[in-house]
Amino acid sequence: MSDNSPQAIRAQALEAILVEKGLLDHAAVDDVIARYSERTGPMNGATLVARAWCDAEFKSRLLFDATAIVAEYGFEGGQVERLVVVENTDNIHNAVVCTLCSCYPWAVLGLPPAWYKDPAYRSRIVMEPREVLAEMGTPLSDDIDIRIWDSSAEIRYMVLPQQPEGTQGLSEEQLKALVTRDAMIGVERLAPPVAGA
Amino acid sequence: MSVDDGMALDGTAAPPHANGEIVFEALWQARVFGMARALCEKGYFDWDEFRQYLITEIGGPNGNLMSYFEHFLAALARLVDDKSICDASELMARYVEIQSLPHGHDH
Repeated sequence: MSDNSPQAIRAQALEAILVEKGLLDHAAVDDVIARYSERTGPMNGATLVARAWCDAEFKSRLLFDATAIVAEYGFEGGQVERLVVVENTDNIHNAVVCTLCSCYPWAVLGLPPAWYKDPAYRSRIVMEPREVLAEMGTPLSDDIDIRIWDSSAEIRYMVLPQQPEGTQGLSEEQLKALVTRDAMIGVERLAPPVAGA
Repeated sequence: MSVDDGMALDGTAAPPHANGEIVFEALWQARVFGMARALCEKGYFDWDEFRQYLITEIGGPNGNLMSYFEHFLAALARLVDDKSICDASELMARYVEIQSLPHGHDH
């Protein structure tokens, strides 16, 4: 499919110049796209979440200093910013936003979803989080406190979702498959797996 | 496409549903993202430096008329110009050159 939009041509022109000057090669650009592709990123976060569910000591360390854990695991894309993991409980629901632009914990979640950058999400999740979460398919009862974490260049946040009920006997690998990107951004609460699914 | 993106951002305040969203809506968006990250990884600029350009673009007069990746591309073009990595005039010249090529030439 040929894209002749002005943006596509401008992007193509820029890439051609950068390659000709020897600053980049096409493969380096491909590599970044692959590395930050949707699938690989959130798996890192899911790995941490599943382990935290299974290992109380690891969970304590994750909540105390997630930056150190990311370094321990060698997840790429971390830059130098701090990662802070915030825990959901029966009474507290956390959600992450970047009101200023689109700061996002790439190292653990990969590329941000399109709606994360939407001005509507960025402003409304702060002003009326309960309404926004309900619209996104996560209605919360009034006895659950909602905390919104505003990411910045210095600190990125990730939500540690609650382990779904009835999954205590599952292996870490099986649990990992239950963790979604949206739950780690905090716009979803994980439901118990459907039997037979 | 870009016009539609702008309209969508300007339109209803409800965020799109969490599922089924597309990260990149066009290949050029992925390429622009890849270029910015790759240049940063090679040390031509800090990511935070780029981020400041992006914030300026998003907060500018066209803030709500352009899509996120249009801002992203504009920010990158300005940064590489300021860094003398690629002059705006050079980019413009190449743009005109590519645009004048027959269709189907792009690779």
